[in-house]
Order: sequence, then C-alpha cells, then structure tokens
Amino acid sequence: MLELLRQPWPWYIAGPLIGLMIPLLLIMGNRHFGISANLRHICAMLPNHSEFFHYDWKKESWNLVFLVGIIVGGALSVSLLASPEPLTVAASTAQDLQSLNVTVDGGYMPTAIYSWAGLFTLKGFILMVVGGFLVGFGARYAGGCTSGHAIMGLSELQLPSLVAVLGFFAGGLLMTHFILPLILKL
Amino acid sequence: MTMTVTTYQKVVSHLHLENVKYLFSGMFFGVILVKSEVLSWYRIQEMFRFQSFHMYGVIGSAIAVGALSIWLIKRYNVKTIHGDPITFTPKARTWPRYILGGTLFGLGWAMTGACPGPMAALLGTGASVFLVVMISAILGTRVYGMIMHKLPH
Repeated sequence: MLELLRQPWPWYIAGPLIGLMIPLLLIMGNRHFGISANLRHICAMLPNHSEFFHYDWKKESWNLVFLVGIIVGGALSVSLLASPEPLTVAASTAQDLQSLNVTVDGGYMPTAIYSWAGLFTLKGFILMVVGGFLVGFGARYAGGCTSGHAIMGLSELQLPSLVAVLGFFAGGLLMTHFILPLILKL
Repeated sequence: MTMTVTTYQKVVSHLHLENVKYLFSGMFFGVILVKSEVLSWYRIQEMFRFQSFHMYGVIGSAIAVGALSIWLIKRYNVKTIHGDPITFTPKARTWPRYILGGTLFGLGWAMTGACPGPMAALLGTGASVFLVVMISAILGTRVYGMIMHKLPH
C-alpha cells in the first residue's frame, strides 16, 4: 500500500480528492475553499495603513491553520511518501525547454533558476520576486486564485470565476510563449 | 448526553481546537499537491504548452467532484457538523477586476510555476527559496490594498 502511495498519483485520483476538499470544508464549518485570502490575512496581521486590511483576521484563522497544514503536508510527503523515481516531463516539453537552455533535472523545478543561488541572478530574481508579486497582486485584484476561482468558483458555476480563470490562462499563455523566452535569455 | 456534548464543546473551544480539523485538511491537501506533482514548475509548463493532459485532468475532475458536491449540498439542504446552514455568496458581476487581475495572476503563475497553495507545499518539501516568493506575494497583496481605489474594478 505504502509503495503504491509513493508513486506519483494520476490525475483521476488527485483531481477528485482535491474536489472533495470543497464539501469537506463546507460541512466542517461552512468554510469556502481558497488559499490566497491568507495573503490578505497576513497583511491584516502586520502594521498597515490600508482600510482593506482593517478587519478581524482572527475570524479567518481557520484559513491560516489550513495554510500551515499545507506546509506540513508538503514536508510529510517528501519524508514518508517520497517518489522512488525522478519526476519526468512530456518529451515535447523537455525539448522545448532544452531549446531555452532549461534542463529537466528530475526535481519539481529547474533548481539552477529556482534556488537561493538562482535568486541572485537577474532571471531568477525576476521570475521569483516579480512573479511572486504578480501572484499576490493579481490574486487579490481578481478576488481569488486557482483554488478560490478555478476550483471553488467554477464548482459553484460562478460566471465571474470563469472570467478570472480565462484571465489566468491568458496571462499564463502570454508569459510562457512570449515573455518567458526573453527572461530566460537574460 | 447533552451535558457531555456541551462539556466537549467547551473544552474544544477553550483549547481553540476547532481549528485542528483545518490543520489536518490542509495536510491532506498538501500531500495531494505534492503527490500529483501539480506543484511542479514543469507540470505548469506542460499545461501552458498544451503538451500533457495531467493538469487539465486534475483541475477538470476536481471541478466535476466539487460541482456535484455543491449540487448535492444544495439539493438536500445539508448542514454543517455543528448544524449551521451552508451558504454561498454570488461574486460581484463587475468585469475589469477579473480580466485584469486574472491576467496579472496568470503572468505570475507562469513565472513562479506555482500558485499560493503549491508555494506553501513547496516550502514544506524543503524548497526554502519559496519563502522569498511567498513574501513577494504578500507584498503584492499589500500594494494592491494600498492602490486598489485607483484601479478599475
């Protein structure tokens, strides 16, 4: 059993399990699945002058606890359920990335760029620091991220979430096909 | 029986144990993010290059199960374990924020290869540099809060 759990999980196992997070959180306490609101709660905890961050974040503490749980879950996965094989990528993707001088190294990301050493290179700094900023800015501007809009919002059949998800993809495609190749050349 | 339940609830609320169930839920979610490899920068690249079905399968089947669950909750008027009603709030139908905010988020998603959930899970796997990515995301949220009144919503 443990051997089976250590293998990478196929989409038809992982997807439905993620979908079950929705009724789980609703039934446990009418909580709506979403991660990026935590970034706002953390801002509300810190000294600030924006009205947007003046609310009782403690009432949303469940969400912060959930976030801590994700970190713990990540740690448990690599310690108890580590995959026996290195991560493999679609051959066409590996080829495309190779032409951009990015090597598939068997980890979750190209560590030449996404590492502490990479942070002190121009492209690493742009991809992680500017990229992270856009994730935080864009998620709050749009009112949610992949979990809140793509999973929860679409499950509720909310039209605004569909528009947001189309935006996520417009931005992602624009970055992947037009801007990322330029950044990787730096 | 009633007294036992009341005592139990008092103990739980006194120790702030209500949130323990969310700790375990988060752990469960974190494990799924790692084991399905959706937290991988490479999987995000496969998705945005339309070269693998994996991410579409994960997101699509998650929505299918989520939508069916919500339909059942509404259909049978399911309550929370505390007996409270389960409520849904329609999102405001003003479009610029979803189009512009969504696009900015998408640009960042393809740059970092991780949205907020995977960022946290990556931190847990030992990719400590994602602490910097997360602090940047917090800063992005903070700046949004400062200038939101000047942005079209």
